[in-house]
Amino acid sequence: MSLTTESSTNFWLTRPFSERSTQIFLGVLVAALALVTILHVAVPADNPLHVGAYTVNLFGKYLSYALLAVAVDLVWGYLGILSLGHGAFFAIGGYAMGMYLMRQIGDRGTYGDPVLPDFMVFLNWDSLPWFWHGFDMAWFAFAMVLIAPGLLALVFGFLAFRSRVTGVYLSIITQALTFALMLAFFRNEMGFGGNNGLTDFREILGFDLRTDATRLGLFLVTGVALALGFILCRAIVSSKLGRVSVATRDAEARTRFLGYRVERFQLFVFVVSAMLSGLAGALYVPQVGIINPSEFSPIFSIEIVLWVALGGRATLYGAVIGAILVNYAKTIFTGVMPDAWLFALGGLFVFVTVFLPKGVAGLLLHLKRKKRDDDTPAPTDKIQEASL
Amino acid sequence: MRRFLSLGLLGLLLLGITLNAQAQDAETNNSPDDAAALELLEALDVESYAAKGEAITAILQSDDERARDWLQALLDGRLQRTDDGRFVLVLENRGRDWPVADVLTGEELGEMSRRELDRIGINNALRNQLRSAIAVVDLYSPSVERRRTSAERLLGEVDGELVPVLNDLIEQEEDDQVRYRLTQAVAIYRAEEGEMAGVEALDGSLHPRSRVALSRAANSDDPVVANAAAASLAGIEQQLKINRGLETLYFGLSLGSVLVLAAIGLAITFGVMGVINMAHGELMMLGAYTTWAMQQLLPGQPGLALVLSIPAGFLVAALAGVAIERGVIQFLKGRPLETLLATFGVSLILQQLVRTVISPQNRTVITPEWMSGSLVVNDALSLTLNRMYVLGFALVVFAGLMLIMRRTRLGLEVRAVTQNRAMARSMGIRATRVDIMTFALGSGVAGLAGVALSQLTNVGPNLGQNYIIDSFMVVVFGGVGNLWGTLVAGLSLGVINQVLEPWAGAVLAKIIVLVFIILFIQKRPRGLFPQKGRAAEG
Repeated sequence: MSLTTESSTNFWLTRPFSERSTQIFLGVLVAALALVTILHVAVPADNPLHVGAYTVNLFGKYLSYALLAVAVDLVWGYLGILSLGHGAFFAIGGYAMGMYLMRQIGDRGTYGDPVLPDFMVFLNWDSLPWFWHGFDMAWFAFAMVLIAPGLLALVFGFLAFRSRVTGVYLSIITQALTFALMLAFFRNEMGFGGNNGLTDFREILGFDLRTDATRLGLFLVTGVALALGFILCRAIVSSKLGRVSVATRDAEARTRFLGYRVERFQLFVFVVSAMLSGLAGALYVPQVGIINPSEFSPIFSIEIVLWVALGGRATLYGAVIGAILVNYAKTIFTGVMPDAWLFALGGLFVFVTVFLPKGVAGLLLHLKRKKRDDDTPAPTDKIQEASL
Repeated sequence: MRRFLSLGLLGLLLLGITLNAQAQDAETNNSPDDAAALELLEALDVESYAAKGEAITAILQSDDERARDWLQALLDGRLQRTDDGRFVLVLENRGRDWPVADVLTGEELGEMSRRELDRIGINNALRNQLRSAIAVVDLYSPSVERRRTSAERLLGEVDGELVPVLNDLIEQEEDDQVRYRLTQAVAIYRAEEGEMAGVEALDGSLHPRSRVALSRAANSDDPVVANAAAASLAGIEQQLKINRGLETLYFGLSLGSVLVLAAIGLAITFGVMGVINMAHGELMMLGAYTTWAMQQLLPGQPGLALVLSIPAGFLVAALAGVAIERGVIQFLKGRPLETLLATFGVSLILQQLVRTVISPQNRTVITPEWMSGSLVVNDALSLTLNRMYVLGFALVVFAGLMLIMRRTRLGLEVRAVTQNRAMARSMGIRATRVDIMTFALGSGVAGLAGVALSQLTNVGPNLGQNYIIDSFMVVVFGGVGNLWGTLVAGLSLGVINQVLEPWAGAVLAKIIVLVFIILFIQKRPRGLFPQKGRAAEG
């Protein structure tokens, strides 16, 4: 009963409408990228319409967050896995990029060692740890940006999905995963710069990170990565694979009884999502100029989930809207009244989950379909529970 | 002997002046000869440390009743000389101007600038001489406490001259502990001198000084003594290992009891109701702040305040829990992941509320006297009392909760609603009311955990955050919906953590435990003690 309406709603959501939503989203994204570029380059600096380098940098940061949110939406919205540890994949991708950028510093560091990064000289290490080798080559580092988080997700997901750890349990152990990694990366002995992390970057692929042109370039690259990531996720969710994912989300046991190897689908989507998160982290690091263990903190991971919840789950574009809205609000709040930010964030968590279960995207859809009956959540029953 | 007795008398006397008037009548005994005293002090103000040592001995032999004060002041660097040559005692050497008193009359002379004063310097050898001299003086004190500390200080500080004095004292001493310590002190001296009697007396003693003495005796020229000492040492090492094991176990159980306290409320809301309350840690924080507030309300009575904060902390947290349940959770029934997010929002708000209203800084909660200190089992093992109280408190709370869940109407209704909500309602159970009561109970227990934690850690806005992941781990490890599981899981995780700590370090131990649980969940997704039957299908 409820299952049929539910899946037909999803069908209606994902197939015909989503195609148009993808077009609209990509159109808006390209337009925004172009507009920012023009306002930054062509409009003179004294014009009020001019977009400064700082703002371009800020937008670039938002876009990398948006890519991360899309990755989380892929597993939460379409697979029903609430990961409270996606910050870990983001941070690992960021660390891979950070290691490359550290090696690029070369002998220009404070201690002038041609091979060892400053913090290793400071700790009196005499050679590079084995896992730092190869990061002086861009292709290797960029590959590791995808491979390292992907590998972690593969191992973790293989163990978890094989033993059918789902729902709240999975959420809690993903949180434990990122917490354990945070504690580990805080240790100096790990060889990732400990508390301070990796910073003081100079250049990427030969471009000076401190110039406006490089910043604009990074912003545009992040925008393109977001577009590609979005298209990839859309392709996955509208394929047959995506349909099985949604079926898993809504009724895992039934899907299994139909003969699908549920854990394989879960593992595949989970790994793809982790790799996208890693990519987002790698694009984030050169733009903010630092990566440290705080990106592993469970609070950050849970915040990502809020972006997705606010934007609207299982829409992909909603995740982008949510990430940009929340982070824009964060920038404003922390600047104007820093004390109020946690109140606002906390209130947002409560408000969104209680009053906006489908997020901003749901609100938009609701307004679009005003002629239809109101869209309040169906009365709770078993099927509904399973889908959430 | 006389000398020590009279020194003891005046030690008592000086104590009497500062602490109580009891000893006042003894004061009239010998009238001080100020000229002689001045001469004794003059002898201290010389360049050579050897000469100073002789001067100290002279003071000890002088029978002057103020000697102990002088020696203590000399040891603390408070015996000083003014520019015009007078000797003064610095009463408090802090700040720029120090209050001073006349050495001879004890009359307070007001404050003097530190630049007008000249300290009488001592070196380490003199410091040791002074310490043992003062220790011996204290051995005649009527206060058992004082005799005990002074006897303890004598361990390893005894020299040949002192031995006969101590032997006399041992005969007269009434307190067992003081006598034991004095015997030990003499034995340490004897063992270090390579005497068999000393080595035999030290057999089985766990004090570090005894071990030093024995290892010296083990290098003795006499092979019999050396062998006996080596055998004793091996036995002591064995004993120490056992004691270290017991200590680790105690710390592990203590950490475990904290985990149990933190997790048991969660086990009710999460396990029994299926509600993920991420604000659970903040409810603990509220309990801890209640303790702080009670102590502010009842200044000077930290013990009473602590006892009163047990019900108060429960109530505050329970009320906050009801507010959360009514305000947020009831709208999210059956949507556990969204409950998780919403309650996480609540936790952020509560934290920031405490930061804004009270302070972002940690608050100090006083530990009442009867909870501080430790229970000394032997020289190698002492158990801190506050941890023992918390351990006991955790067990009491656990037993109380078990009783409520197993033996009361509320417990019955909670279990009924958990197993089959619709059926329970059709039997006339008001499920909404049960929800509220259960949540209030779970939250109240969080408040109790906070009260207990206020005695062990800093009370600050982040208190809850530090425990939330650990407590979820405990609940999941133990098996959701099973209070026994929570108890076993909490205590064993605490012990595992403490066992790993010495060789892995605190952080790595924690990481290992987390990874262990992550792997454990893969093997047994429902925890140590999974629920069986229909309730497990939830």
